[in-house]
Formats: sequence, structure tokens, C-alpha cells
Amino acid sequence: MELSKYEIGAFFDEMFDSEGRPRPGCELIARTLSTLPEADLLRRQRAAERSLLHMGITFNVYGHEQGTEKILPFDLVPRVIPAKEWSRLSRGLAQRTRALNLFIDDIYHAKRILTDGVVPRDIVLSATSYLPGCEGLDPPGGVWCHINGTDLVRDSDSQYYVLEDNLRCPSGVSYVLHNRQQMKRTFPRVFEESRVRPVDIYPSELLRVLQNVRPRGVATPQVVVLSPGPFNSAYSEHSFLSQQMGVELVEPTDLVVQDGFVWMRTTRGLSRVDVIYRRVDDTFIDPLVFRRDSLLGVPGIMSVVRAGRVTLANAPGTGVADDKVVYAFVPQIIKYYLGEDAILPNVPTYLCSDDKQRDHVLANLPKLVVKAANESGGYGMLIGPSASAAERASFADRIRSNPRNYIAQPVLGLSRVPTLFGDVLEGRHVDLRPYILHGGDDIFVVPGGLTRVALKKGSLVVNSSQGGGSKDTWVLADDASSRNGAAC
Amino acid sequence: MLSRAADALYWMCRYAERAENVSRFLDVSLQVTLDLPDSFGDPWAGVIAATGERDAFMARYGKPTRDAIVRFLSVDTQSPNSIVSCISRARDNARSIREAISSETWEQINKWYLLVREAAVTSTIVEDPHDFLSAVKEASHLFVGVTYLTMTHGEGWHFGRLGRLLERADQTSRIVDAKQALLQARPASVGASLDEIHLSSLLRSVSAFEMYRKRYGGFEHKHVIEFLVIDKLFPRSIRHCLSKAQRSLHAITGTPWDEATTPPERLLGRLAAEYEFTSVDEILEAGLHEHLDELQLKLNAVGASIFETFFARQQESAAELPLEPEAPVAPAAQTQSQSQSTN
Repeated sequence: MELSKYEIGAFFDEMFDSEGRPRPGCELIARTLSTLPEADLLRRQRAAERSLLHMGITFNVYGHEQGTEKILPFDLVPRVIPAKEWSRLSRGLAQRTRALNLFIDDIYHAKRILTDGVVPRDIVLSATSYLPGCEGLDPPGGVWCHINGTDLVRDSDSQYYVLEDNLRCPSGVSYVLHNRQQMKRTFPRVFEESRVRPVDIYPSELLRVLQNVRPRGVATPQVVVLSPGPFNSAYSEHSFLSQQMGVELVEPTDLVVQDGFVWMRTTRGLSRVDVIYRRVDDTFIDPLVFRRDSLLGVPGIMSVVRAGRVTLANAPGTGVADDKVVYAFVPQIIKYYLGEDAILPNVPTYLCSDDKQRDHVLANLPKLVVKAANESGGYGMLIGPSASAAERASFADRIRSNPRNYIAQPVLGLSRVPTLFGDVLEGRHVDLRPYILHGGDDIFVVPGGLTRVALKKGSLVVNSSQGGGSKDTWVLADDASSRNGAAC
Repeated sequence: MLSRAADALYWMCRYAERAENVSRFLDVSLQVTLDLPDSFGDPWAGVIAATGERDAFMARYGKPTRDAIVRFLSVDTQSPNSIVSCISRARDNARSIREAISSETWEQINKWYLLVREAAVTSTIVEDPHDFLSAVKEASHLFVGVTYLTMTHGEGWHFGRLGRLLERADQTSRIVDAKQALLQARPASVGASLDEIHLSSLLRSVSAFEMYRKRYGGFEHKHVIEFLVIDKLFPRSIRHCLSKAQRSLHAITGTPWDEATTPPERLLGRLAAEYEFTSVDEILEAGLHEHLDELQLKLNAVGASIFETFFARQQESAAELPLEPEAPVAPAAQTQSQSQSTN
């Protein structure tokens, strides 16, 4: 394949520098791509997608006919992260997770940080994700957010920024594992010689975390994964993770609260459950405490959680820390609890609840990205430069009528990675979602993550629900330039 | 294991088995109609009657033509027991318990599903369904083999096998019954050679032709019935299915072989024993059709009692729920179609 025709563009390219030379760590994969015939590359790409389809690694598309399953488009060209770069990212992610966990614990107990005026009280207590029903909760080991996915982006200045935190039930980790499997099959030699760090330990690490936060007095905990069921968009991930951990996948109706414990219904009667990795949103988890209309919940489960007889991961209430307004205060939160400066910077953020900042936002809508405080998946968002005047006007109305619910950020020039289209490579914008596990004693950052790619030319929206795809993310074990030798 | 998972395993295998039998039935019907003399008249009315779904068919298609019947039984997504419907439901069940089955099992049923779904939109399928029907049969054999070789032969696997064997016993009885009707309906002028066509097609439809030949040689009505209903070793004979199903049931409960502690053990034990100690003469004397009809009712009773004993969810705690409308407990899973209608 001819690489000289590849256009770097005005963005940071993850594979080539501005002169078109492969970046450190990318030499081998660039050479392989340049020596492979187009037809061969295309064949490998098709084989990878077919295998994902056969394995049924799909997500459900809402808004279509029920049960419409699609594979997440997968691109063969990996995103490479050198060892040194990763070591900084991983320290920054661990720092952020540690601080946010202390923040959540504080918010549901003494609220010192509010009393001390570091974060405005009304902002936290008015967050829709702040759940009064979690006041005074003491999860084992003081861990609230066991599993986190933090979205990172790299701007044209080559700096990484934290775009948002996902502290409730972040999805996508199964793609990290499947994409890796595909790449090992597709480029075994390059893979080996590039010294890519393994991600396959994720399910074992996850199980270790879940066992570690078992209720007091339980020797060998029964761990389960709780899924809303086959019609949930991330169902195939729920079943994959429980299969890889060797634990039961339960649906809400499989669980019952009785005699102060949570049980599951088996062919031999009720069997006690100790730790629940819940992939049900926290406001649905117990209709007696949160949303009364929830059919996805287990009535009474919160009383068992409070009594310390079952552990939920993540604990309910963690969403208060990924509210997009609270996000703006994370650097201060890190400073407050850890006495450290944030290693990874936030994207500059304007709060519409502040009069001055709101005026600035309203005056500069064509240059900004506006986000609703409590939405995800690319919904409830305005991308100023590409929006129509009418869309901007309607968003301006929404901001004025509910300023607390909106923030705005400058448009970032997300970095790009070469992506295969037919038989040519074109640059496409990417973000990165690494996964962080908090098990009480230590914090584990999976060396890799989900690189999501906006497949539409020029698009900055990487969400799978909005036409995004994914790539394998290679974190290199060391930065010594890769050994020589032909490879493919 | 989870009641829901056991239920899904049981139905996953039942639907997969049903799909295989529908494809066998259709394949053989297509072949035998080519061998029939013109004097026989239109054989397709008899074929649709044999499926037990004549009313559903007539409501949708009106006239029993070859093409309509092929479509109805293979790729019609509106027809509840078409191959595509059975595989979709088998896969839905598999998908709801992917962690309880092996990846290989899931992948096989998923590929099978993709195969039939693709076929459903292929225009030539009705014209030339033979390859498709063979592929379905082959996929079924792979499915059974993969399940056997990649899953622990524990509780879950036995629930699957129980479902598969009860379904197979039911399907064999339907196919025998259907051909029985054709044999009786033949015009008096046509002689023994037509009987032979029917008997050999009956045997072929359950892959019993060669094994029957080895055992008995020539075609004789009584021997064919004996082979398909009470042969001890042939894997599709009713007796064989019942006795292996009984073994799986006991493996699930852990009850010794010569005891019965749960209702399904008693019902299935009695039924299996009946086939172990009966003779083909007794069956024919009582009337084959009546006999098979009764068997199907008894199989339904066994299925219902398996549901009651293992899958039905205890409702005790749902009652505490102070929510107004419907309790969040799913309706009984028995609603998966217990069996096709009996004609």
C-alpha cells in the first residue's frame, strides 16, 4: 500500500509526524502497511469483521426494530502509545480515580469539601446524579467507583486532556479484548516484535477487585454480573465478562431480597449472592429507594447494601462525580484530597450557571461544544461550528431556561489515526477510553483501552451510536526502538 | 444453576432439534412427491396436513402448492415453526445465556442463525431448497457435536439434552403419524411399490434408511414402525429418546436410577418403561394413530411438569412489592411453544 499519498492534515497524527515519518514505536507497523498489497489488507479487514459477526460481538441499536444488532466497525490500523507517554497517562488516571473516590465518599458523609467552599454546595446537591438515598453508605474498603472509564483526547497541541469521567457503568472494555484478539490473528509478527503490553488480564483483575470488596465475614464470595437483559445495548459485553470471569450473569428477575440477604433463583432453590457487578444504571437498581417505575431493579436491595451484606460495584451514587459541571472542579478536587496537582489537565470548561461565563458561551456558540450535564453517548450535545443557526438558537433557549444543566468547551482538534477505507488510508479523529480498576488496596490501569474513531470524514463524534468505530490500542512495553526484521 | 438459564438451555436445544426435523421432513417430502405416480393426485395437501399446521398455512397462503409450502416451512418468519423461526428462537435463548454455554456452542448457533437469515432473503431458496435444507441439517449436527465436546456434562448440559430428546421423540412420532396417514389414504389400485416409496421416505426422513436395511432387510410396514418406535439402539426411535431423556433427568436431580422423587421423574419414568416393555403388535392393535396421539399428550405433560419443578420462579417476594402496575417478574417461560398443535 502506498503511504506517501496519506495526508497528515492540520491535526496531530498518532502514527506520523508532520514530515510524514513514522513516530517512535510506529516504524514497524508503518513498514508493514506499506509492504502489504492493498487486496491483502482488505482481505484481512473483512476476515476480522466476519469473525466479529460470527462471534456475535454486537451492540443493539436503539430506535430501530427491536433486536437490531450491529458489529462495532473495527479498523485494522492500531493506535500506538509509547511506554513513556503511557506511564504518565496511567499515573494521571490513577490519581484522578483516587481523588474522585474520596470525593464521592465525602459527599455522602461529612461534605467537608463543600463546607470548605472548594466546590459550590448547590452545584453538587442539585446534580441529578446526586442520590440522597446513598447518604451515609459505607461500601467495603471505602471503594465507591470500582470500575471507571475516563475519556481522553489529544488536541492539536499534542497534549492529552480529560474529556469526561464515566464512574457509573462504563462500557466498551469487551471491545478492547476482542480487538486485541483480531489484531493478534491479523498481524502476528508485527505484534510480537512491537512488544505490545497484554490486555487479556482484565477479566482476572476485575474478578480480583470484585472478590476483594466482598462483605465482611464472607470467605468465598459469590460474585454475579447483573444485566438488564438481552435487549440492552451492551448485553454482549455483560455476557462476555461474566463468561470470562466464570460467574453467573443474572437479570433483575433472577434476584430476590429475603431475610436480609440477596439471593438468586436456581434450579435447586435460592442461592446467596455477595457481590454484584451491576450494569444497570443506579437510579434503576431499587424501585423502593430510587425510581419507583423501574422494572430493572431488585426491590429492597438497597437495605441489604446498607447493612453491608451485599456489595454493589460500582456503588450507587457515584454518578455525582461524573456530572459535567462537577467535572470542571476535578483539578481542585485532586488538590483538596491528595495535595497534588492534577497530572492530566481538564479541557477548559465554561459553566453556564455562572452569569458571566454563560454570556460568553451564548455569544460564542459557533465556536463551542455545548454539553448537557448528565447525558452521555453523544446525545444532548451541540457542536457549534457544524450546527445550523436554528440548532444553535434552540440550544441557546435550552441554556437560558436551565443554565445549571449546561457546560461549554472549545472545539478540540482531536488527533487522528490512519484508517482504512477501501484501499486507501485516511486520517480520522479518535479519542481514548482507558479502564481503571479500584480495588481498595491498589489501582490498576489496563495498559491499553478503547480507541474510538469517528468514521465519517471530518466528524469529531466517536460514539458507536453515532457512526463511530474502534481500533486496537497498543501500549508498548518499552521505548527502545523495535528490533529489525521483516514482518507482517 | 439459575432457573432462567436452565430454562433457556432446555429450549435452545428443543428449538434447534425442531429446526432439524422440519428440514428433514421438508427435504423428504420434496423427494417423495417426485416419485409418486400422477394417479396419486396432488400430494401437497397431504404434506401440509402432516405438519399439523394446516390451518395456519391456509390462513396465510390459501392453496397448498409446493412453493408455498416450502416457503412456509423454511424461510417464512411469520410461521411459528418454520426453520428460520425455530433457529431465531434457539439463538435468542442461547444469547440470553451466553455465559452458561461454551463460546463454541454460541458461535455455532450464531452462524446457523446467520445462515438461515441470509437464506430467508435469497430468492432462489424456494426454487431450489435442497442445499439449504442440507446445510441446516449439517449445522444441527455440528451444534449437537460442539455442545457435546465443549461443555461440561453437568446440570446445564443435561437440561439441554433433556429438551433435545423430548423434542426428538415428539418429532419422530409426528413424522410416523403423518406417513401413516398417507399410507392409509392410498388408492386401492396402487400396489406394494407405492407402499415401499412411502416407507423408505419415512425412514429417510429420520436418517433411518440404512440402519433399517441392516437390521431388517426388506420393507415391511410393521418392521418400520417397530424400528422407529421401539428400537432400543436407533438414536431417533421414540424409545431411545425417552430412555436417554430419563437419564438426563436423573443426572439433574441426582435421584438414583430406580427411584423417582419429583413429578417429572415419575411421569417420564412411567412413559419410558411403557416403551421398553411393549411390542409392535400391541401398538398396532390399539391403533398407531391413537397411540401416537396419546404419546404426544403425555410428552406435553412431562414438559409441563419439568417447567413446574425447575423453571417456574417462586413468586413469594414479588408480593411485597408496593408498586402499582405489573410486578417485575416475567410471565411464565412456559409460553415458549410447548409443542406444535396436534391434528
